[in-house]
Amino acid sequence: MRPISYSRVADVGTAVGTVTADPASAFLAGGTTQVDLLRIYVEQPRRLVDINDLPLRDIEELPNRGLRIGALARMNEVAEHPSVIDRSPLVSQALLLGASPQLRNMASIGGNLLQRTRCTYFRDVSTACNKRTPGTGCAAMDGVNRGHAVLGTSDQCIATHPSDLAVALVALDADVIAEGQRGRRSIPVHEFFLPPEDTPDIEHPLDHGELIVDVEVPPAPDGSTSLYLKVRDRESYEFALASVAVALRVEGGMVVEVRLALGGVATVPWRARRAERMLTGQPATTENFAAAAREELAPAVARGMNGFKIELACRTIVRALETVAPDGAR
Amino acid sequence: MQVTVTVNGEEYTRDVDTRLLLVHFLRDHLGLTGTHWGCDTSNCGVCTVWLDGVPVKSCTVLAVMADGHAVRTVEGLERNGTLDPVQEGFVQCHGLQCGFCTPGMMLTARWLLDHNPDPSEEQIREAISGQSCRCTGYENIVRSVRWAAEHSTVEATK
Amino acid sequence: MSPAIGGTLARLDGRAKVSGSARYSGEVPIPHLAHAVLIGAPVANARITAVDATEAEQSAGVLAVLTHLNLPKVAMQPSLLPSLAGLAAPGHTFFPMQDDTVHYAGQHVAVVVADTLERAEHAATLVRIDYDTTPPVTLLEEIKDQAYEPQKIFGGLLPGRQVRGDIEAGLRDAEVRVEAMYEFAANHHNPIEPSTTTAAWDEVGRLTLYDGIQGPTSTQLTAAAFLGVPPAQIRVVSNYVGGSFGSKAMVWPHATLAAMAARHVGRPVRLALNREQMFTSCGHREQQRQHLTLGARADGKLVAVRHHKLSLTSHFDDWAEPSLQSPAIIYDYPNYEGIYRLGRGNINTPTFTRAPGEATGMFAMESAMDELAERIGVDPVELRLRNCSDTDPATGDPWSSSGLRECLERGAELFGWAGRDPRPRQRREGNWLIGTGMATAAYPHAQPVNPQRARARIYSDGSVIVEAGVSEFGTGISTAMTLVAADGLGVTVDQVRFAGGNTDMPNITAAVGSAGAGAASAAVHLSVTALREQLIGMAVADEQSPLHGADPAAVVVEGGRMALRDRPDAGETYSAMLQRKLVPDVEAIGNWIPPAQDVGHGMHTFGAQFAEVGVDAELGLIRVRRMVGVFAPGRVLNRRTAHSQLMGGMLWGLGQTLLEATRMDARSGRWANASLADYLVPVNADSPDVVVDTVEVHENVVNPLGVKGVGEIGVVGVAAAIGNAVYHATGYRARSLPIALDDILSQAS
Repeated sequence: MRPISYSRVADVGTAVGTVTADPASAFLAGGTTQVDLLRIYVEQPRRLVDINDLPLRDIEELPNRGLRIGALARMNEVAEHPSVIDRSPLVSQALLLGASPQLRNMASIGGNLLQRTRCTYFRDVSTACNKRTPGTGCAAMDGVNRGHAVLGTSDQCIATHPSDLAVALVALDADVIAEGQRGRRSIPVHEFFLPPEDTPDIEHPLDHGELIVDVEVPPAPDGSTSLYLKVRDRESYEFALASVAVALRVEGGMVVEVRLALGGVATVPWRARRAERMLTGQPATTENFAAAAREELAPAVARGMNGFKIELACRTIVRALETVAPDGAR
Repeated sequence: MQVTVTVNGEEYTRDVDTRLLLVHFLRDHLGLTGTHWGCDTSNCGVCTVWLDGVPVKSCTVLAVMADGHAVRTVEGLERNGTLDPVQEGFVQCHGLQCGFCTPGMMLTARWLLDHNPDPSEEQIREAISGQSCRCTGYENIVRSVRWAAEHSTVEATK
Repeated sequence: MSPAIGGTLARLDGRAKVSGSARYSGEVPIPHLAHAVLIGAPVANARITAVDATEAEQSAGVLAVLTHLNLPKVAMQPSLLPSLAGLAAPGHTFFPMQDDTVHYAGQHVAVVVADTLERAEHAATLVRIDYDTTPPVTLLEEIKDQAYEPQKIFGGLLPGRQVRGDIEAGLRDAEVRVEAMYEFAANHHNPIEPSTTTAAWDEVGRLTLYDGIQGPTSTQLTAAAFLGVPPAQIRVVSNYVGGSFGSKAMVWPHATLAAMAARHVGRPVRLALNREQMFTSCGHREQQRQHLTLGARADGKLVAVRHHKLSLTSHFDDWAEPSLQSPAIIYDYPNYEGIYRLGRGNINTPTFTRAPGEATGMFAMESAMDELAERIGVDPVELRLRNCSDTDPATGDPWSSSGLRECLERGAELFGWAGRDPRPRQRREGNWLIGTGMATAAYPHAQPVNPQRARARIYSDGSVIVEAGVSEFGTGISTAMTLVAADGLGVTVDQVRFAGGNTDMPNITAAVGSAGAGAASAAVHLSVTALREQLIGMAVADEQSPLHGADPAAVVVEGGRMALRDRPDAGETYSAMLQRKLVPDVEAIGNWIPPAQDVGHGMHTFGAQFAEVGVDAELGLIRVRRMVGVFAPGRVLNRRTAHSQLMGGMLWGLGQTLLEATRMDARSGRWANASLADYLVPVNADSPDVVVDTVEVHENVVNPLGVKGVGEIGVVGVAAAIGNAVYHATGYRARSLPIALDDILSQAS
């Protein structure tokens, strides 16, 4: 790690002001990814502004049966909070299937959304990476890329977005509340995560110094059943090869409403809108689930070692839908 | 910069490099080498300590972040010369071989038992799945935590 | 009183390890300690054209930057000899930073020393090294056409080709043939403690090395040879080692570099490899391919086996792990051909990795046996029983002990094998297809070649100290040696303290190849036996002793009290005698000379592995539900520690089968997943229900106590048992390790 200065701030305004004023500074929350990236020189700020003392740790119930989750609430606090378990079990499940208890005790919700990809080339400063160093190329494109994305990729970057929580939030149409020099704004979560396109280094719309203060999570559709299903090589403690967040409401055998989002296979937490459109109003059958899954993955692009993810994502979607559909939908 | 960290109930004030990781602060500055270091990347879990009452991986915490906070390490499990039931369990059930992962395992186990005094095998396995053991095959670790659950007194913790 | 050996004594280092007071090699408090950080080459095939260390040298706290330009030349041209030989044991015949050539990525090209770790790490990023690079060669696929047949492999221990009978005729005449190709990814040991050496020179030129190593003497002799310093001037301390699995069996350059750095800066230096460097600095299990053909009669009796292996080694060493050894002799068949072929690439020399050779070779053999069983319609356990041999088929010598039949039968019973429907894809529980599989386990018994020594001393209060220079890297050797000493001397366990872990103590060769417990127990047993004879001799010669004039052979000792076997009331304690005679202590050395190579017996350890898996074929998931392993490791010194080692070995096997693979980025010649985030080892949630058992065998050839060791055998056969279970569950025959989710997805659903 290169020499770095460190200070703490006690209110949001000072935090935003301090970081905004210094392009070489960065917020420091739980640090579970960030300290790691500092150590390997992927991130090289000169100044860390520790925001852990900010009053952003509350979890509140909203009148619409939704939740407001403070950006500094720890993953475990959120996952185990009675209101979250009650109102947003999908969020709780996604959190508990991520990382490990020791990391979840430290990692914040805001930090979770801003965590960087696990792409090994991104993490290795001696290799080409457009996300880390724009214009250098993408070593993953023809490299060891089994874990890389098949959806939302560009010829600049195929790095997978690692968050489980974000997949659940995308399915639930959550909002990210941020505060910056220009004041407070609410960003729909599906607009928060930017696909790489020609600027893979730009991952979100926040300005430098703009701080996530809350996440607002609306309730899942009335009468729906939800599930976060995560597939990985190891039984625990691994990023997803494919994951699905689903909330499904079936009436009289017909899909009335469905929310579907994918993790582990895309450059951003992936809302499966094509599949949702295709399923809505249709009979909740395995055949239809599979057809919708294929439709969603139709634009997928495989590179080298990650082709299996297309089939895996399809099957994970089907399994998730079958699991939440009444009678397994066979 | 100067930091004051309460470790196992005792305050330590030291002048540290801002880059210093909490794990190295504990080991090299305070001599508390029971907290180990194994992967740099928060994966192996041997650096697990309690920070303000919850287990965290001290290789991704800067020492300066712990300024004004409370840390508990393996050296703080023992009370007045008596092993914590978790420590006793690891000895009795052979929950260790090389011993390198053991302190971190025990700190997570203690925390688990404080919150769930009678955990199932699955709950134990999941709780310590963020920590790797290459020696034992884990079976005896699970038995050790179960042993501790069965031999814990109400006073054993905190 | 029941003997201590074979009991279940809780490990004696348990308290130190649970209290955090056990100090590993990077934890010894030393004043004025400086920190060294290695720089590894980011390229795999290159020449260094320029080094600019100016900025690093001027960086705060930096004491030195050492590169090939200013590092002294080492005093020895290294040769590759396994540490079991008891001599200098460098991990490869190469010492870095002697010239400008880069042979493999990660090769040490500089050492930065600073007053703190943080400053050293940062300064390491400021050293500018320019390279003239050439495309590297790092994959089997790239070298297969240039592969050669080495004279010797495995550090010169084994021939590159072994033959018996007439393989062509044997295969031609076989009624059934099974032929297949098996692929194995490279594996890394990943002990949880990264290798660390702390080096301190004193004012008169003596060196102390605190080193995590499987045998302190190997570090002492290797460092002495490289540094050109007499071994007598070097003391190596290795009290606690945080796991090894072969990565600390040989002495890799960082240990010597730590000493060189310390000498250069005139301060004690600690050099710890980081996790990424663990992938390039202490060997690995090589990427390999095996081509196996079995020929059998219609009843399943094997008649011929052809087993060829192609693997990747470094530019400077002919290393292949001996994958062909056990398959060549575990069953009784007359015709055999085993050939190793090697290709050179831009990688470090591979090394011993737990169950070196058997972990891969027995996967091929026992997968093929499963295919044979199915082909001829014979139960897999029965097929093994039909092929069991009472003699070593290579020599015709009887086994020193076997137990294979008993392991197979006991394992089948514990597992509930009987009545298994052999047809694949018959059992389903929800989304899970269930299958069972089994395999034979085998591991050759290795012996040190030089004498093994221990020292036993009793004090006049009856307390006993026994010393031998072994490392405690988790096996529980100190505990086991305490039991051996207590039984041999006729005292209680709590009267004995065993101490090991440094080169001041009588020499024991490195504990490698499951040979550690056998070697150390032999030396300890002989030391306490000699001490006991000496003490009894003193008693019978002493007119004041109740035992005066007795035949020493008629004296028994129990709980520290000598007495006549026929008249237990006539006797006295060691302590009483010594105090009366005003003798403060008595000491004896045990000196075990291992048997010569040709002992007239085949020496091998056997076992049997059983596994049940669930396969969610739609999602590609394989989860091992339970495993049973039964082994015949000769005398078990401490059941508790032995079972734990065996169980740990079985989980290693699970990791090798389902998770562990180091993938090469062939473009850069660098490992693409050199971290514990990307190199997956099993976590607790992956560990299935495991039953471990041992069967007793009469073993009196290998060493005085008949100890064959348990370090490796637990791993062997697990991969085949799981692979065979996956076949049974799904009908998909996996021939490539690890068996990836991707493969199941495409092949088994």
